Amino acid sequence: MTGQKNDVVRKELMIKASQRRAFQAFTEQMDLWWPRSHHIGKSEMKKAVLETKQGGRWYEIGVDGTECNWGKVLVWNPPHKLVLAWQITADWQYDPDFLTEVEANFIEKGPKLTSFTLEHRNIEKFGPKAQEIWSAFDSEGGWMGMLKTFANIAETDAAGGTSGSGASKSSAHQADTAR
Amino acid sequence: MANASIALQALGDPTRREIFERLARRPLAVIDLAAALPVSRPAVSQHLRVLKDAGLVIVRQEGTRHVYRVDPKGVEVMRQYLDRMWDKALASFKAFAERENQ
Repeated sequence: MTGQKNDVVRKELMIKASQRRAFQAFTEQMDLWWPRSHHIGKSEMKKAVLETKQGGRWYEIGVDGTECNWGKVLVWNPPHKLVLAWQITADWQYDPDFLTEVEANFIEKGPKLTSFTLEHRNIEKFGPKAQEIWSAFDSEGGWMGMLKTFANIAETDAAGGTSGSGASKSSAHQADTAR
Repeated sequence: MANASIALQALGDPTRREIFERLARRPLAVIDLAAALPVSRPAVSQHLRVLKDAGLVIVRQEGTRHVYRVDPKGVEVMRQYLDRMWDKALASFKAFAERENQ
């Protein structure tokens, strides 16, 4: 335990790009960097879409054309702040009644330097839902599916030989592009 | 961060993953697991200790048996999964934003 609360995932990065550019890349161009392994649809993912406006949808389009919702834009304040609703439950289903928040902040540190922070909070909400999932454990796309993905990431990291958020970047990125 | 890597290592091992998956189906004692797997009882105990330290399983004494089950809250697993997921996604985002910035 390093003082990190159990119900929050927090990330900090320095991006060597302007604040405006970093915000644009994260939002408008999400499809160009979102890892293809991170999708919930039955078919492979063709496109990740974030509608760049207050209340905009956040979803994926599968290669079969099916759209799967991920959530929506709760706060749209370019180029400073973005809050997304992550409405994917622990069994990888979109649930409009389920909501965890992902907040991204972009702080200008220089003409081509931006401090980026991301916080995924309300993770405790996965708890009650996770309990229901035990009964449906064997279902494909349930915990089994998640564990497989989890293990893949673990193995990728192990191969990279690092575990920190900073040092594992290059290996994680290579794993993405290799897919 | 240290905590996340503990769970990752725990589930990165195939035997521990197998144990974890069996426990997710139903609670089991060490002896049940040892009978089902090509692993000795002490080895199973060792794996269970790692899973327990990683916050993935809990143990309860039932008579003379220590019965293990997956932590029903499941929150820690989910948090650690998301932790790694964002690491991966943001590394990709950073590389993209900086590359396109040139």
